[in-house]
Amino acid sequence: MNPPIVISARNLTKTYGDLTAVDAVSFEVPAGESFGLLGPNGAGKSTTMKMIGGVSRRSSGTLSIMGLDPDNHGPEVRAHLGVVPQQDNLDEELRVRENLIVYGRYFGLPLSYLRPKADELLEFAQLTDKAKSKVDALSGGMKRRLTIARALINEPRILLLDEPTTGLDPQARHTLWDRLFRLKEQGVTLILTTHYMDEAEQLCDRLIVVDKGRIMAEGSPASLIREHSTREVLELRFGSERNAGIGVELQGIGERLEALPDRVLIYADDGEAALEQVTARGLRPLTSLVRRSSLEDVFLRLTGRSLVD
Amino acid sequence: MTRAHSPAVSAARARRWGSFFYAEQVLRVMRGYGWSVFLYSVGQPVAYLFAMGVGLASLVDANADAVFGVSYLSFIAPALLVSAAVMTASGEFSYPIMDGFKWRRVFFGPHASPLVPQQIAAGHIMAGTLRFLLQSLIYFAVVALFGASPSGWGWLSALVATLAALSFGLPLMAYASSLTKDSGQFALVQRFIVMPLFLFSGTFFPLDSLPLAVRWIGWISPVWHGTELGRVLTYGLEEPPLLTLAHLVFLVATASAGWVLTRRQFAKRMGS
Repeated sequence: MNPPIVISARNLTKTYGDLTAVDAVSFEVPAGESFGLLGPNGAGKSTTMKMIGGVSRRSSGTLSIMGLDPDNHGPEVRAHLGVVPQQDNLDEELRVRENLIVYGRYFGLPLSYLRPKADELLEFAQLTDKAKSKVDALSGGMKRRLTIARALINEPRILLLDEPTTGLDPQARHTLWDRLFRLKEQGVTLILTTHYMDEAEQLCDRLIVVDKGRIMAEGSPASLIREHSTREVLELRFGSERNAGIGVELQGIGERLEALPDRVLIYADDGEAALEQVTARGLRPLTSLVRRSSLEDVFLRLTGRSLVD
Repeated sequence: MTRAHSPAVSAARARRWGSFFYAEQVLRVMRGYGWSVFLYSVGQPVAYLFAMGVGLASLVDANADAVFGVSYLSFIAPALLVSAAVMTASGEFSYPIMDGFKWRRVFFGPHASPLVPQQIAAGHIMAGTLRFLLQSLIYFAVVALFGASPSGWGWLSALVATLAALSFGLPLMAYASSLTKDSGQFALVQRFIVMPLFLFSGTFFPLDSLPLAVRWIGWISPVWHGTELGRVLTYGLEEPPLLTLAHLVFLVATASAGWVLTRRQFAKRMGS
């Protein structure tokens, strides 16, 4: 039996005056899936998240969360969710543990439940020894983990994460991913937006690539790469003067060629073979690198632009 | 380990009690600076009553009975009580609102929970009201200790002060929630609204002794209406019953209008 659909959007649209932030987007998310919205800043990811989170009304289309319309049943929809917003909005005047308890009270949860639950979540977020600290004494990564712990206080089956690791250092990101993996293993449905392709590849079972409010492609990370890119990519650098002009001399090597300001990308199933062809033509790149295709390449292919500007 | 109750229960409780849940949060934050709230509540009346009611009164009291019908201390005590509550409200309903929407965005945390924006506004007001009431009761206790409230109904002036605080504070909160950036508006409110209201609301001398050109400030001032009501309660100021009623109506009407506008602003600001 297929897991039930927990989120369903049909032609979901949000306009602000003349600007269409989200343009007739449709998708469905089954329970337990880890679903990502990948796209550059301003693609409409956060706006979509706000509509799913029941804090922003849609302009048109239909949206259903656990069978409920968030525009009509805001409190009921939000009671199902855990939300990790893009900007932390912890209560800096309260201590770490108190932040969790206060948040739980918004769900009408009794203190007899909240006290042990807060301790359990602090353990999960690796913040037990910070329980009595002031929030402003925490590092960026710790604040993020506390925000995630706070979002879990009501034991939600759906967790919304808006750019969960933006602004964190690599180690803090890995710690956070590890925590999110554990939630995924527990069957929590994760909806996350990101403009980091590695994050999308690590965490998402399936994702939509969005740009300018529209869905450009949909699928698992592996299937998107298979469909829209080659197996490998050869990255060449000829120096910033020559990268743009060298395209002509590289014609015919690999399946496709992309000349960026800082480097030239040659899409080929066998990167090493492509490199041999380059050197056989007497061209001497300053550096060369063969790597596997990533979602970044998919995005570049679909939109002609990089994810991170 | 016990499990959380179902989302349906969460939503039902939030719909019913959400304002109280948010008030609880604000009170927890206030507890963090509880001592300064308490000392302010006690220290301010003691200092003012001593300076004005005892020091200044020694000059004024020679004519006091003729002018005010009571000692100068009794005359200004209700005014100081009301002014203190209004000043506290001018703090509680200005910067924290900007903080909630813009600086630390604390309103947006509960906004993602089952609470609705109107409940966040209501909770903030409820916690503030409790603070004004406690402060006013303490203030009144000090006034009573100074022997400045001869009437047995005097303690009701603490309720009047709380109402005056809302009458001034809720329209201010509506204004504060409409601001998207701070360019010193609250400092202007303090200097050009709160201070004149304090000085020209029949606080230190009867409103009648002012020329008509500035007397109107009193008529539109929650401080004046609250103070006159307080005087009726603490020492039985004689005025037409209709005027007493008008004070009460003014305070309730401005507070209600402020609440309606605040609700609207919160809903608009948080997109619901």
